[in-house]
Amino acid sequence: MLFYSFFKTLVGQTVTVELKNDLSVVGTLVSVDQFLNIKLDNIKVEHEDQHPHMMSVKNCFIRGSVVRYVHLPPAAIDTALLQDAARRESQQSTATAKA
Amino acid sequence: MADTVTAPITSVEEPLDLVRLCLDEHIYVKLRGDREVRGRLHAFDQHLNLVLGDVEETITTVELDPETKEESVHTTNRKMDMLFVRGDGVILGLIPSILYTAPLPKKLDNHAINLFRPPRERYETPILFDLSKD
Repeated sequence: MLFYSFFKTLVGQTVTVELKNDLSVVGTLVSVDQFLNIKLDNIKVEHEDQHPHMMSVKNCFIRGSVVRYVHLPPAAIDTALLQDAARRESQQSTATAKA
Repeated sequence: MADTVTAPITSVEEPLDLVRLCLDEHIYVKLRGDREVRGRLHAFDQHLNLVLGDVEETITTVELDPETKEESVHTTNRKMDMLFVRGDGVILGLIPSILYTAPLPKKLDNHAINLFRPPRERYETPILFDLSKD
C-alpha cells in the first residue's frame, strides 16, 4: 500500500506516464487506486505528430499494469519521508510474514 | 511484537532485506525491453515497484543495416529527476559500487552479501578438487 499512499499525495500534480507501448502521456493526476490504475486530466501525448489520434482525448484512465514509468515532479516529494515509509513498510511485511 | 516492528532490522534474512539495505544508495536496475536505469533508491515494495532519484536510463537497440546486413548496437541515454518504475519490468538490481570496490560498506558486511563480491575475489577462492588432473 506504500505506493498507493504515495501516489495519493501526488494528486493534483502534473506527471508523465510512460506506457509499455512507448506512449507517453502528460497530465494532471486526478486519482489512483490500489492497483495503481491512474486517472489523468488535461492530457497531452508526447510526440503528438506520431499519435494524431490522441489529439482529441482530454482525459483518460490508465490501467496500472500497462505503465512502465511515471515521471514525477521532484519538488513534490520528500525523499527522506519516503525512505522512512519504505523502511517501515518492508519491516511490517516481514513481521506479518513471520506471524 | 510491537518491539520487533520498531527495532531496526540489520540482518539479511530474506531477499527483500537486501533491497532495503539499498535505500538511499545509488543502484543499477536491469529492466525488461533492453533497458537499464541507474539512480538513488528512495522507495520500493514487495512487487519491486521503485522510486528512483537522479535517474539515468539507457536503452539498447540493435539495428540491422538493410544493405550490408550488419548489426549495430546503439544506446540512447535519458536523464530524469524522479522516476517511478513499475515492478513487473524489473529483472535485477544491484549496487554497482560493491562489485568493483573493496572493502564492502559496513552495513553490508554480512555473509549473504558475499554473493555479490567482485569476481576478482571469487577467482582467488582455492580450488578444492581439480578433476582435470585425474
